[in-house]
Amino acid sequence: MIVQGIAFYVFAALLVASGVMVISARNPVHSVLFLILAFFQAAGLCLLMGAEFIAMILVIVYVGAVAVLFLFVVMMLDINFRELRKGAMEALPLGALVGLILLAELAAVLGGWIVAPNVAAIAGAPTPAIDQVSNTQALGRLMYTQYVYLFQASGIVLLIAMIGAIVLTLRHRAGVRKQNIGAQISRRREEVVVIRKVTTGEGV
Amino acid sequence: MEIGLGHYLTVSAIVFTLGVLGIFLNRKNVIIILMSIEMMLLAVNLNLVAFSTYLHDLVGQIFAMIILTVAAAEAAIGLAILVVYFRNRGSIRVEDINMMKG
Repeated sequence: MIVQGIAFYVFAALLVASGVMVISARNPVHSVLFLILAFFQAAGLCLLMGAEFIAMILVIVYVGAVAVLFLFVVMMLDINFRELRKGAMEALPLGALVGLILLAELAAVLGGWIVAPNVAAIAGAPTPAIDQVSNTQALGRLMYTQYVYLFQASGIVLLIAMIGAIVLTLRHRAGVRKQNIGAQISRRREEVVVIRKVTTGEGV
Repeated sequence: MEIGLGHYLTVSAIVFTLGVLGIFLNRKNVIIILMSIEMMLLAVNLNLVAFSTYLHDLVGQIFAMIILTVAAAEAAIGLAILVVYFRNRGSIRVEDINMMKG
């Protein structure tokens, strides 16, 4: 139990610290790297809670895909980031005020919140005992049966996002010669082939 | 000492607030704003997983996976828009994003 406490405090402290660094680092590349660190700490917290599958998915999706995408974009765009940092300190009082209000509200909610006594009876999908069914297997059993439509819908969301990103960033440059398959297929023999009678000894 | 639901909710509340603060602090830099949104979604995911564990209800983790999907889609589309915008204008300042003003 003491190991769990130590691990929680290490993960939580590193998560908060790297979150602070994400929003305050001067160099956006450092921001992205701290974001990756924050995702790893969140995955550790999920592991502590017993949600192994979500933890692994966090590492794979967030670190492997989203954060690397951010890294690519930050490194490819040639932007003067020092100029973008200007005026950040002017917004600090307002931002700190809003942040404090939000935190106070969340703390108030957390402080005055009690669990209903019959909450275990109305659970949508009670977690099976961990020594019989692992977390991943239980999630799969639920996701591919009861929530299969939600699963398909999220697949459609990803497909639309992929198509959208491709359509947005596809560039039609002038002067690039490409294969025009429609024109090739619709050519007729009589449009392009001419038969000439060539008399012997004279040429065309 | 026992690490309970309150500890996890506190951490995720702090991370969510950091995300909001990041949007205020980096009002000119769209990339940092997108990263702040990702951090807020991460905090929401932590909340859902914490409640799922506490209440022994797996639906919270299903929700967390759906939110993960939407977050990935949002990042892809947002960054694609950013790249197109930078190609057209040569800048990603938030104040310059006014081409659609009526």
